[in-house]
Amino acid sequence: MPKIKLPTKSPHIDMTPMVDLFSLLLTFFMLTTTFKPTEPARIDTPSSTSETTAPDVNAMTVVLSPDGLVFFSIDNGTDTVYHIKSKILAEMGTRYNIEFTPSELRAFEKSTAVFGVAMQDMKAYLSPTTSNDVKDDLQRGIPIDSLNNQLSDWVLYSRQVNPNVKAVIRGDGKAEYPVVKKVLNILQAKNVNRFSLVTNLEAVPITNEENIQ
Amino acid sequence: MAEIVQEEKQKGGKKKPKKHSVHIDMTPMVDLMCLLITFFMLTTAFSKPKVMDINLPEKLKQNETAEAPKIAAFRSLNIILGPENKVYWYPGRVEDPNNMPQLQETDFSATGIRQVLLDRNIALKRKIDQFNTDVISGKIDIPYDSVNAAISKLKKDDDTGPIVLIKAYKTSTYKDLVDIFDEMSICGIASYVFMDMDWMEEKMMETTLGIAPTVASVQN
Repeated sequence: MPKIKLPTKSPHIDMTPMVDLFSLLLTFFMLTTTFKPTEPARIDTPSSTSETTAPDVNAMTVVLSPDGLVFFSIDNGTDTVYHIKSKILAEMGTRYNIEFTPSELRAFEKSTAVFGVAMQDMKAYLSPTTSNDVKDDLQRGIPIDSLNNQLSDWVLYSRQVNPNVKAVIRGDGKAEYPVVKKVLNILQAKNVNRFSLVTNLEAVPITNEENIQ
Repeated sequence: MAEIVQEEKQKGGKKKPKKHSVHIDMTPMVDLMCLLITFFMLTTAFSKPKVMDINLPEKLKQNETAEAPKIAAFRSLNIILGPENKVYWYPGRVEDPNNMPQLQETDFSATGIRQVLLDRNIALKRKIDQFNTDVISGKIDIPYDSVNAAISKLKKDDDTGPIVLIKAYKTSTYKDLVDIFDEMSICGIASYVFMDMDWMEEKMMETTLGIAPTVASVQN
């Protein structure tokens, strides 16, 4: 009896549905993604039970790093009409006698990053020829001394250019209180009395009636 | 790698185009797509960060005076944020620098400061909880967006709960600050304010922590 020979055939899997699904997912992720902006310091925000979401337009964020440095960022989403960020920088330029070229203003407007650069270093920071290492070196925090209080000017001009701006504070859990106090004082000196503190979401603890007798 | 099966030319006979589906090997494409999907999934920031809103009392301008609002001493509860996530509290107010109340030490656990606050705020907390259950069970028919307004009205009408004065010692951290505001919302405290410490409280903290009075605090 002759043996039955099975035909040797490479198994073919139809990958079309998989590819369909993958392209769908890929398109979805590519369109919905917003890249995490690069940060000069790692910020670990404390958690709370608050469920209000952070504003993504009309927000000025003061970032407090664990080692006591202060950074700043202005968020206006895709601001193609008012060019708020470049206006703020131009105002800061006139305040500190620094003339910014249109390309520098555009570079500032385009970057969503949190910055901690003193005004004297701003030109170098915005120049396209400066390498990233040098830029990281320039991020020494925004001066908040009483003699050279640039944060106060940033707050002032942010509010002058965009009166609807909300103050957001994003601090690392380990930031020490004196720095927090200083920042709060600077904001209050500019008549900002409402703040949003950025936190991570945490589950609401259930309090038993029996426990609170 | 596209496999296109070539037709064999038959000599003689008619040309008969064989029906062969064109097979394209999609493996490299799928590989690449997997890679890209993973990349986008990991870099994407879906969940937006949450924020907690706080209002601070306005600072007085220069040459401006205002009476501090009078509050009942038996309702006021002072909380001082200390080092290492510890919380110190005392009821009432300090009047005599020579006879200062003892600070109670506690922490942010469920049996810590939360217990202290809940003990004092039980009436209001019950009212808020009852209101929430009634809304969920349908006893009270109220539009979803006015629930918060109704709760803040409950808080406004309350006159039994504590008035919490929050202060921070210089060695506390930002986390303590966020935690204590969070406790306020968990316990449904109606009125609380964040304010500076006075020199007597600094002294009380120094005695409690067992550190010698510093020059800075003496000047204060």
